[in-house]
Amino acid sequence: MTIQMPSDGPLLQVQGVSKRFGRIHAVDEVSFDVWPGEVLAVVGESGSGKTTLLNLVAGRVPVDGGAVLYRSKDRGLEDVAVMDEPRRRHLARTEWGFVHQAPRDGLRLKVSAGANVGERLMALGHRHYGRIRGTAADWLGRVEIPLDRIDDLPETFSGGMQQRLQIARNLVTAPRVVFMDEPTGGLDVSVQARLLDLLRNLVTELSLAVVIVTHDLAVARLLAHRMLVMQRGRVVELGLTDQVLDDPQHAYSQLLVASILQG
Amino acid sequence: MTEQGYNFAYLDEQTKRMLRRAILKAVAIPGYQVPFASRDMPLPYGWGTGGIQVTAACIGPDDTLKVIDQGADDTTNAVSIRRFFERMTGVATTEATAEASIIQTRHRIPEEPLVDGQILVYQVPIPEPLRFLEPRETETRQMHALSDYGVMHVKLYEDIARMGRITTSYNYPVMVDDRYLMSPSPTPKFDNPKMSMTPALQLFGAGREKRIYAVPPWTEVVSLDFEDHPFEVQSWDRPCGLCGATDSYLDEVVIDDLGTRLFCCSDTDYCSRRRAAGHAGVGAPAGYPGAAS
Repeated sequence: MTIQMPSDGPLLQVQGVSKRFGRIHAVDEVSFDVWPGEVLAVVGESGSGKTTLLNLVAGRVPVDGGAVLYRSKDRGLEDVAVMDEPRRRHLARTEWGFVHQAPRDGLRLKVSAGANVGERLMALGHRHYGRIRGTAADWLGRVEIPLDRIDDLPETFSGGMQQRLQIARNLVTAPRVVFMDEPTGGLDVSVQARLLDLLRNLVTELSLAVVIVTHDLAVARLLAHRMLVMQRGRVVELGLTDQVLDDPQHAYSQLLVASILQG
Repeated sequence: MTEQGYNFAYLDEQTKRMLRRAILKAVAIPGYQVPFASRDMPLPYGWGTGGIQVTAACIGPDDTLKVIDQGADDTTNAVSIRRFFERMTGVATTEATAEASIIQTRHRIPEEPLVDGQILVYQVPIPEPLRFLEPRETETRQMHALSDYGVMHVKLYEDIARMGRITTSYNYPVMVDDRYLMSPSPTPKFDNPKMSMTPALQLFGAGREKRIYAVPPWTEVVSLDFEDHPFEVQSWDRPCGLCGATDSYLDEVVIDDLGTRLFCCSDTDYCSRRRAAGHAGVGAPAGYPGAAS
């Protein structure tokens, strides 16, 4: 393992990562880098391996081959694929975030919004109720959830609010990279627009690196600096978002772009 | 009298060996839940099948057994379990805490401090303190393995957010020996401080969930809390109505059709001993058993 200076090089280096489920190559030798403050969109149709790739990169699923090098604040380059579980959990609740498509996967629906946001802090050893609550209230404000809902259960929230709560819950420890799996899936267009607006502001404000999986090219165009197009577990095209969307090179990317409904 | 046709203490010797191995392992790893092959017992789950098996594995002919349920020696569960062991072992039984070598309990730790050589056996319904926060057994085991217990504070946070203080009043989570998070069984948190650094051995048996765990003598047991909401035990604004004690856990008992209430020690042995020593309360109406005459 080579140790690099923190200001040096990409935050994430995904090198030839593969994952098989039986005979199916879900992810096949995928490589890419993510730089600090960069938003990378992973697009492709259902079953192309987007979500599996995200889980591999976030260390949530063991890889069959390849390496995922993450440059942490304190230890330099570390391979997520062979990292021990305590370290992975520590990074997952300090330097990383993970926003699930379904809020119920990323939230505790039976405990209040405030506790959902405070959970990471408590897991990291914060033991002062007043300060935890203060931080939670601050973050609810930043994701535009009214303060008087702080003690309400997330299951009483609308879909858009649940998704914003999930984002607050992840950002409370000021992570450096956030993985998002279809964060706008299942939301209607106006709610989607508001969420995207919020995300775009937070990403800029906090200079977050984001790996966002989406099948919605409009989401990619709005948020992402670069785009990675997947088909059957492989990367078929990787480039600047505008470049890929306006001048797709690969036949599959061309098909994807051509499939956007013209209003 | 001792029942014929049953092995000493009901269980066969191989079962008792299996139980003792689990108990030894539990003692060696304070607070860790050891799985064991829980047997069907002649009473329903939830009535103390785990505690009975642990007691059966520990008890010998020279032991003196005390059984309490909610602090009382004379409630149904206590009476029937005590009678069960009288019939199955022929050992001496007692209601006096100081005379017992093994005390099987549901809910309470006796007020009288336990001493070296005594074993306190708890009946445990749900041994996993993280269960209501994390339903997956695979995940809770991993959380224990990694000491990943932050989520437990989420529950205490919820209490304060809703009620302004930590309202969890029984089954209050504790850290054992600075390593394992443990459910103290449904004992009131009033008893949590008594668990720490006691000279007696504390064993916990959960029959339905098939888990045994232990707090060895002189082991530190710390109740979780927040810096600005420290752990505190229940208190009452009056003494025991029967014996006048101000340091014991009180039960609220409705004593007539008019809704008159009596607050009295839940530990019946402690209360009757104090009364025998001449202490008297002022809460009980004339004619009520134990009232000052």
